[in-house]
Amino acid sequence: MQIGIPREIYPGERRVAASPDSVKQFIKLGFTVIVESSAGQEANFADEVFQEAGAEIVPDAKSLYAKADIILKVRGPMAMPDGKGHEVDLLRAGQTLISFIWPAQNKELMDRMAALKVTVLAMDSVPRISRAQKLDALSSMANIAGYRAVIEAAHHFGRFFTGQITAAGKVPPAKVFVIGAGVAGLAAIGAASGLGAIVRAFDTRPEVADQVKSMGGEFVSVDYEEEGSGVGGYAKVMSEGYQKAQHEMTAKQAAEVDIIITTALIPGRPAPRLITADMVKSMKPGSVIVDLAAEMGGNCELTEPHTVVVKHGVTIIGYADLPSRLARQSSQLYATNLVRMMEELCRTKDGVINVNMEDEVIRGATVIKEGEITWPPPPPKLSAAPPQQAKPAVPPPAKHGHGAPSEPASTKEVLTVGISLAVLFALVGAGAPPAFLGHFTVFVLACFIGYMVIWNVTPALHTPLMSVTNAISSIIVIGALIQISSPGIMITILAALAIVLTAVNMFGGFWVTQRMLRMFQK
Amino acid sequence: MNQGLLTVSYIGATILFILSLGGLSNPETARRGNLFGIIGMTLAVVATLLGPRLAGASNLALILGAMAIGGAVGVFAAVRVKMTQMPELVALMHSLVGLAAVLVGFANYIDPTAHLTGAEKTIHEVEIYIGILIGAVTFSGSVVAFGKLSGKISGKPVTLPGRHQFNFGLLIVTVMLGKVFLNASGVASGMTPLLIMTLIALVFGVHMVMAIGGADMPVVVSMLNSYSGWAAAATGFMLSNDLLIVVGALVGSSGAILSYIMCRAMNRKFVSVIAGGFGTEGGTPSAAAGAAPAGEVVPVSALETAEMLREAKNVVIVPGYGMAVAQAQHTVFEITQLLRSKGVNVRFAIHPVAGRMPGHMNVLLAEAKVPYDIVLEMDEINEDFPSTDVSMVIGANDIVNPSALEDPNSPIAGMPVLEVWKSTTSIVMKRSMASGYAGVDNPLFYKENNRMLFGDAKKMLDEVLNHLRG
Repeated sequence: MQIGIPREIYPGERRVAASPDSVKQFIKLGFTVIVESSAGQEANFADEVFQEAGAEIVPDAKSLYAKADIILKVRGPMAMPDGKGHEVDLLRAGQTLISFIWPAQNKELMDRMAALKVTVLAMDSVPRISRAQKLDALSSMANIAGYRAVIEAAHHFGRFFTGQITAAGKVPPAKVFVIGAGVAGLAAIGAASGLGAIVRAFDTRPEVADQVKSMGGEFVSVDYEEEGSGVGGYAKVMSEGYQKAQHEMTAKQAAEVDIIITTALIPGRPAPRLITADMVKSMKPGSVIVDLAAEMGGNCELTEPHTVVVKHGVTIIGYADLPSRLARQSSQLYATNLVRMMEELCRTKDGVINVNMEDEVIRGATVIKEGEITWPPPPPKLSAAPPQQAKPAVPPPAKHGHGAPSEPASTKEVLTVGISLAVLFALVGAGAPPAFLGHFTVFVLACFIGYMVIWNVTPALHTPLMSVTNAISSIIVIGALIQISSPGIMITILAALAIVLTAVNMFGGFWVTQRMLRMFQK
Repeated sequence: MNQGLLTVSYIGATILFILSLGGLSNPETARRGNLFGIIGMTLAVVATLLGPRLAGASNLALILGAMAIGGAVGVFAAVRVKMTQMPELVALMHSLVGLAAVLVGFANYIDPTAHLTGAEKTIHEVEIYIGILIGAVTFSGSVVAFGKLSGKISGKPVTLPGRHQFNFGLLIVTVMLGKVFLNASGVASGMTPLLIMTLIALVFGVHMVMAIGGADMPVVVSMLNSYSGWAAAATGFMLSNDLLIVVGALVGSSGAILSYIMCRAMNRKFVSVIAGGFGTEGGTPSAAAGAAPAGEVVPVSALETAEMLREAKNVVIVPGYGMAVAQAQHTVFEITQLLRSKGVNVRFAIHPVAGRMPGHMNVLLAEAKVPYDIVLEMDEINEDFPSTDVSMVIGANDIVNPSALEDPNSPIAGMPVLEVWKSTTSIVMKRSMASGYAGVDNPLFYKENNRMLFGDAKKMLDEVLNHLRG
């Protein structure tokens, strides 16, 4: 089948749905690839590099849509900017489209595509389960957005991020407050602390505190008891009491910090209003707010989407195209997500896709199957809690090898062993002559000494232990030595043979033990 | 030298042997321990040679000649043996002890100088009988174990139908022959039952070890170690020699404890290992019916592995028998050295039954000059896996199988394992997807954070090393 990569038509969109690497991998999967001329220009992928990777360049979108069986895009189909036509009209029945769709917000688009009997997979609807992480384009884009948010903030912020003590005076470090510690928030925390700022972060889900710390941030909590985790790793709407406490905390932070980066989103709802006009007023002049939720209405009351405004001396950045501002990076990651998606669709690696609705990942991503709207999918299973594991019927592995001889045996076992030993000893004591008893005493005591000594041997030296016990068990040579002088040629032969055998052990055993032990070095 | 001096020398030798084993508690003291062992042995042999029972230069020449031959063979073997072949060598040495015990037993039986009567005679004969029995079982069992370890005999368990009844039958016959032997009027008439019993013991030894599979070899080797000790102890009783009794008891209990440790490391009963066959005592059918591991296997290349290692801060390497087979320990060490020089914290995790004999992996790593303080036991390192970035499993399977902990129906359920899947990423080096010795599928391979590096361990590690250098 043929994969087509059109140029994005949205004004200012610089990303492209393929990279030279992804093209190579598509070809490996058995597909052929065509790319619209200058599709990758804004992302610094020239037509020639695509050609080198094995793609064919077609002059315009029309011929691309006509030839390709599978269309890979970044943004969903939209009206041409010049007002002439719509990308949907280029699609034809039987074609497959993979791109961002946002089916909840684009009902009309969905209906139009369904009428065309196409199959549509939405990269924004990939279920958030661990297996699908590698094709989670939302995460890879959010990661870039978070990073770029810090860069944008730094650009508009009139000071260093890192604290310095210079000959010209002391520079305090910038204080950054990140609201929402999802993928974007965490990326922002990482980028800001990498630049040397003091980073604080807040999220309604308390379990992300560790992640915040791991990225170099400090987790700010709200003094109110409520769990904010929703299904599928997203946040949910919080109660009023909680929101009030959160409001107070945010107001306090706003007065203190230099930069606020907000990333708070709740799926399918307008972004929560977290920064009021009053809070903006309370901020120091020259401070910066980056509102990553601008497109969804903004976390800040004063955000104006797609642009930068200065209000009450605070710069408020409302860009909605942060990933596109890092076009090469985001194209590369998005293209890789698409490769992973194609791998899921084409397990046989023969260049034919199979939209297998039994597969949880593909089922979740498919929003239209051959003209039939299949969105929304059944709710994803909770990602965080794996099915309750059967408690293994295992005693915890006991410590050994450090002079702690095993776990205490059960009373019953001890009793059994004790009684049988007592009976044995009684029999021996009753029937055996005193000479034997003397040896028997030595034997039993030696067993005990062996028991005590061997438990102290470190497991690392078990092999040398075996070879040295091998060597010393050649003490049996004593028996042969005593025998050899007895009359009779037969005895002498047997004894001499035994001496040869034990000598092998004696010399070989000690020698090899020494050789091994010499190797154990610190 | 009179009897008193001889006894005192023996006591000295005994103490030296105990010190020798005690020294093994630590690699630092182990070398000195081995020296004690050598001194003890020399003392015992020299004292015996100078003792009252040995007289005559002709014998001395014979003895020295015999020792020279044996010693030369032993030293030659000790110098030439590869560290990966240690299990074979040890098994072979066990067989020699067993055979020597048999020979000494026969020699003692036909020795006309012994004049015992009544209960003492009976006990002495019982001692001979038991000594030869244990010696013969040790001998033939060790020979088979050697064959299995060196690959001359298939490692698969060979289980005859009705083998338990067969073994039981052998036992009955042995006891009955023992009765005949004790009632025999003289050496000539007693020889027949003794010889038949020896044959039966040999068959029993072969049969017993044949039924045990490759990965149970650590248990078998330590068990045979134990037997060789008991054989020496029985010989000691036979000769009324306390030195032999003590040494035999030391070696015997040492082997017994090792067997016990190995069994516990596999969460198996000693009896069921000896009874042979893996997983035959229930559990297997339900496991087969149980959920097959879901998910997909993600293969990686040597280059990606090298990159993951380079970026890691904490690396744990889990070696298994596959590393020994591929002789990859030197490459492993070079990788370790390179990573450590870059500030990566590389450590080794050793499962008690990794390899084919107790402590096998430690010896291989020591041979490759891996410092022993970064080689850790399972209990020491298991809790560190969650803070490990990359765990690299080299030629091991069952000892890193999560189903031992997670699936109560698994044949290896309850066996303590190295929890590599708790680290950020685990890389398993394996030749193919074939299941491990236990025949159990390994869900680790299908875990989200696991990667598979397919290929010969040595070859792949060489590539990883080259990428790390480049």
